[in-house]
Amino acid sequence: MLLVKNGRVLDPATKTDEILDVLLDGERVADVAASGKIPANGTEVFDATGMIVAPGFIDIHAHLREPGQENSETIETGTRSAARGGFTAVCCMPNTKPVNDNASVTRFILDRAKSSASVRVWPIGAASVGSKGEAIAEIAAMKQAGAVAVSDDGKPIATAKLARQVMDYCRSLDIPVIEHAEDVSLAAGAVMREGVTSTRLGLAGMPAAAESVCVARDVQLVDLTGARLHIAHLSTKGSLEQVRAAKHQGLRVTCEVTPHHFTLIDEDVQYDSRYKMNPPLAAREDREALLAGLAEGTVDAIATDHAPHEPALKDVEFDRAPFGILGFETALALSLEQLVHTGRISLMRLVELFTTGPARVLGIERKLAKGQAADVTIFSTEHSWTYSAGDSPSKSRNSPFDKRAFRGAPMATIVAGRIVYKH
Amino acid sequence: MTYRSRDLLALEPLTADELSFLLDQSKSFQEIQRHPLKKLATLRGKTVALAFFENSTRTRISFGTAASRLGADTMNLQAEASSLKKGESLLDTVHTLDAMKPDCLVMRHSASGAPEFVARHLEIPVINAGDGTHEHPSQGLLDALTIRDRKGTIRNLNITILGDIKHSRVARSNIHLLGKFGCRFTLCGPAMWVPRELEEIGARAGTKIRRVFRIEEALEDADVVLALRVQSERLHEPALSLADYILLYQLSAERLKHAKAEAIVLHPGPLNRGVEITPEVADSAQSCILEQVTNGIAVRMALLFLLMTAGDGDATHPSSETKAAERPQAPMNRRATDAKSESKSDVNEVKDPTHAAR
Repeated sequence: MLLVKNGRVLDPATKTDEILDVLLDGERVADVAASGKIPANGTEVFDATGMIVAPGFIDIHAHLREPGQENSETIETGTRSAARGGFTAVCCMPNTKPVNDNASVTRFILDRAKSSASVRVWPIGAASVGSKGEAIAEIAAMKQAGAVAVSDDGKPIATAKLARQVMDYCRSLDIPVIEHAEDVSLAAGAVMREGVTSTRLGLAGMPAAAESVCVARDVQLVDLTGARLHIAHLSTKGSLEQVRAAKHQGLRVTCEVTPHHFTLIDEDVQYDSRYKMNPPLAAREDREALLAGLAEGTVDAIATDHAPHEPALKDVEFDRAPFGILGFETALALSLEQLVHTGRISLMRLVELFTTGPARVLGIERKLAKGQAADVTIFSTEHSWTYSAGDSPSKSRNSPFDKRAFRGAPMATIVAGRIVYKH
Repeated sequence: MTYRSRDLLALEPLTADELSFLLDQSKSFQEIQRHPLKKLATLRGKTVALAFFENSTRTRISFGTAASRLGADTMNLQAEASSLKKGESLLDTVHTLDAMKPDCLVMRHSASGAPEFVARHLEIPVINAGDGTHEHPSQGLLDALTIRDRKGTIRNLNITILGDIKHSRVARSNIHLLGKFGCRFTLCGPAMWVPRELEEIGARAGTKIRRVFRIEEALEDADVVLALRVQSERLHEPALSLADYILLYQLSAERLKHAKAEAIVLHPGPLNRGVEITPEVADSAQSCILEQVTNGIAVRMALLFLLMTAGDGDATHPSSETKAAERPQAPMNRRATDAKSESKSDVNEVKDPTHAAR
């Protein structure tokens, strides 16, 4: 038993915003009651005075690199980093080695999670065999084994024909399709966003249309198939407009945005591979559009796209470095910095973007109420600290936010009634 | 005015004063190129590492010659970036070179920003000898020197650049240098090779840059025409018809008539005669192509001299060396003076007078 006392409970599912005590009994929430109403009776107490108590944060998009790239991350190290970031559940993308395109790999990931993970691990299966864009993967078997969605992340589902068939199939299986939207011919060879900065630096750029062309294709296919489509790491104004229009049309299209895309822009890019990710940092007006989309509700979730790469891989010429940056430990702080402290969104909306938002995408419930999963994220909006990538439990160090000073941080992460991270 | 940076990685961040200083320094080394005895002892005992991770003949030879005319030794590394894929990383390669204790690294690489990346990890000066589609600073300087010689100034000129500007590091270095002296640019070539972003880059830097797609219009009123080498096929890019390029953009004598009568023609080489430029124009009195090559050595001598003597206390102006060149027996004295401020290993050498002979 664990009693979380005196925290400001923010629960978007029940629209709760008051000082309450929360009693956790193993896997389940035993009670939520007015402060002081639940007797401590010798149970472990976490004093959350001055802190926000929220349902457990879900990261719907991360790379844990196991199996196959354990020099960069493992399920153990990645989930320790996730716990530090306040996440109680992490959806891991299937682009491991081998690709998570069958139930054996899905089960392997879940077994490893059981023995080594700090937080819940929810695998995402590949949409196509080997994510090669040819045959449809064994989606039903993976779902049965525990996969929560399918994606060929790292690249788009290769052809419109295959995307259409995967969508038809996934609709019948009631599992969402997560799309890494990119027209690979427009993006070929590119290492950043095309624009003034790419032209100045002489780095090959991909136009914004490289993303939105693919979003357009997929929205049309949702109209055709009725599937649930989720656009991963949406980064451009044009893509966002299409998701907004699709939602108005009543299509089941959702999207996520990463903290780096709503914080940085292409003009921040230097010859430093910590600024290299895919999709690349976008233009100023794209960032403005994302901020507006986060505020108005078009964006459903904040996702990290945590993409660790060991220093040996990343400390090379910009052109040769792999795409991706760390994300877990800076996600909440960047969101507070960019969205809440600036007055763009409310704290309730922020919590929604990390909890009920991603849960809705996955078709699950997320709330802090009696009988629900005892997963809780406790954070401060005021705590001052400086992020140091060198101190991360992650095996990698590739963050452009190293040494950035923040206001606001996770104070405790609770999974199944157990504190897995405490500040 | 001096040049204060440890490295020379790009012209974009340099001020007009710094650029003028580099050009003025080059001037004194131009004289040496005309002298029958061209070798100085200024950098004797020092070593220049030439690391060319991308094919290059003229720039490598030019830097190598510049080093040798200053009396420095050279270490050569030639490796295709692609061959490195199999094994050693760029940083490991460069650290290995550095462990052989060169005093300066001259580096060419197919990846934009690679010299800057390497410079962050090294103590010795790094000179960018061309990086990807970013910059080619020494080419920018030698072009400006050539223009200044012919035109008497590099201020307020109309410069027309023809060809594949998108992929040209030469065009970028020229724009960053000459733009700071009030030059106006007209960029002309197939539309997909002339990025519209360059107009915005110019606007931000206070440089007038316009895109024009008719060569006759682009050449109108030009003082300087820079024709770029055309490479019709590139990785990740659809090929362009060479016949179309020649039809629309080849610099011919007929077209050159639209420029000012005294206009000059530059080309960074190597030439594709009959593609971007007709032989008639390349060999005309308006062409400065061979002067560019000669000036390349002067500019590179100036750069090596400045960066490699920056830590030597009172690095003197090379004019004293020019005099030395006239008196073949003299460098001994200069050598002995130099040794005082240099490392122990150099002092040993000075005892052996044969080392000082040219």
